[in-house]
Amino acid sequence: MNWNEHLPALLLALPLLGAFLAPLCSLGGKTLRNAMLVAVSFFTLLVAFFLWRTVLADGIQYYVMGGENSRLALPSGMAIPIRIILEVDALSAFMALCGAIASFAGALFSLNYMSRFTGLSRFASLYLLLTAGMLGMMITGDIFNFFVFIEVSSIASFGLIAFWRDRPAAVEASFKYALISQVGSMLILVAAGCLYGKYNMLNMAAIGSALKMGAMEKVALVFLVGSLAMKCGAFPMHMWLPDGYAEAPTGVTCLLVAVSQASLYGLARVCFSVYGIAIGSAFIPWMIIVFGLASMFFGVAMAVVQHDMKRLIGYHSVSQVGYMLLGLGVGLLVLGDPRAMAEFGFTAITGGLFHAFNYTMYKALLFLAAGAVYYATGKRDLNDMGGLARRMPYTAVMFLIASAAISGLPPFNGFVSKLFIYESSFAVHPFLAVVALVTSVLTLASFVKVFQTAFLGPEKSVFAGVREVPPAMLAGMAVLTVVVLGLTLFPSWSIANLAEPAARALVDQSGYIGAIMGGGM
Amino acid sequence: MIGNAPFFTVGILFMMGLVGIFMTRNLIKIAIAVSILGSSVNLFLVSLGYREGGSVPIHFLAGDGEIMVLPTPQAMTLTAIVIALAVTALLLSLIMLVWRHYGTIDVDEVRRLRG
Repeated sequence: MNWNEHLPALLLALPLLGAFLAPLCSLGGKTLRNAMLVAVSFFTLLVAFFLWRTVLADGIQYYVMGGENSRLALPSGMAIPIRIILEVDALSAFMALCGAIASFAGALFSLNYMSRFTGLSRFASLYLLLTAGMLGMMITGDIFNFFVFIEVSSIASFGLIAFWRDRPAAVEASFKYALISQVGSMLILVAAGCLYGKYNMLNMAAIGSALKMGAMEKVALVFLVGSLAMKCGAFPMHMWLPDGYAEAPTGVTCLLVAVSQASLYGLARVCFSVYGIAIGSAFIPWMIIVFGLASMFFGVAMAVVQHDMKRLIGYHSVSQVGYMLLGLGVGLLVLGDPRAMAEFGFTAITGGLFHAFNYTMYKALLFLAAGAVYYATGKRDLNDMGGLARRMPYTAVMFLIASAAISGLPPFNGFVSKLFIYESSFAVHPFLAVVALVTSVLTLASFVKVFQTAFLGPEKSVFAGVREVPPAMLAGMAVLTVVVLGLTLFPSWSIANLAEPAARALVDQSGYIGAIMGGGM
Repeated sequence: MIGNAPFFTVGILFMMGLVGIFMTRNLIKIAIAVSILGSSVNLFLVSLGYREGGSVPIHFLAGDGEIMVLPTPQAMTLTAIVIALAVTALLLSLIMLVWRHYGTIDVDEVRRLRG
């Protein structure tokens, strides 16, 4: 038996099992629980890595849940798939790898960060549940199942954002997020209902193969795009994002960044693999581009005036998500035009997806570094900080690397993906590239300010007793730093092996459909 | 026309839910509006699966009828109801904590996170 074929199911089974084992392991004491949390997230990362290798080598993997044979998508002469099918193409594997790295780093970081608090068995449980929900969104091939996983991850994140429930702000942020994400998921459910009512199918590949644009499909598309853009924090619906990111325990924020990318993945999957060329008009692509531009500009404009470190980084998330939306929107705009696609559309999609990976890594690192500063000093307000580089040299260096990457300074990975997006969006209209460049400059300005006020300058006497954070927290940050530096030092390798296969899988709608509908052997 | 009545009800309930969420100021009423929104979506799913004159979609209980109602939307609805229950419970417990911290459940007064 080839165990590679069970990797998609294992990727979900591991964190789910871990989530329900966590309370049991907590009976065995602190060490056992911590070891379990790190081990489960590490093995999930390994599975995601092997899955990515398998997909790159053997093409799309799929797994039929509950079938007598996990590779039998269309049993006994059925014309449509009736079971829940996990479908992993290069894009899903790429996103799952990215999410699993963030989950592992956050788990390592949380070991020390959370050790001062009680209720950690629930924390470990919810953390792994959130990981499972996120990975489920990334690899499922069924639209109702996507809704279920989005709810699993949302419910886990409500609990985690309000984990410090003695803090009013945390409860308020969690309630805000709960409200918005519940409205969003109801819209997704309506969209799933519309598509089911029309085609009697829930499998995304099967719907994609039968889709003809009509009124129902338009309603479903608008609901899906709107709610998923809301869940990944695009501009007019972004207000939950900085609150949630700032108030959640830092290890969780690191994972929440990856969870918002899962919604972005859903958006890309629906637009490219389910609808594809059938989208027809340029309305939806332009809507995504406008969401992207607005998020970029307003996100960064609100970020520069913040003085709470985590909220500031949270507002930068809004503006970074804008880059990915811009890249995907430009790609979607020229999807039906092979010449423009080859000229700049494919570059835009590659840039957008590569930026999603880069963003998750450096943004998670920024949050972890901000959390480390908070752990060491007890302060989040930039006005109270100063001269911390002397006391916390490792954190300062890692924060510097991440800020250089997010500002798009030339050697760093953020620059590579932003360059792709500038080049390709310029071909659509110069204004798009101008907004992206201005955003990048403002990002740089904002992070120069943060680094200068927090880490440089004269040492403050209140920080005389501050020491570098404990080793597990440094290890969590080091994991992400290594990934950021790796992507920085080998840009051509990472584009050729990470971003381009994912972009090819995204535009190859017939491949995604054919794996399920054509491969019934 | 009368066959479309469930869908009109869905539309009205959905609008009621949305208006409730955005217009009311009492957090408990907002939680109720979220539940109404969820119910409208569930009603939508169930009415999608209805076939006129259809019988239960269980093989040995279906009787002589040729037509059965669709079982999948019913399974989806059950799942959605369970999820909505969890969300409602969480919302209510968060409201309880808000009350404890702020001493009010008026959205306009629960505003520590602005700007």
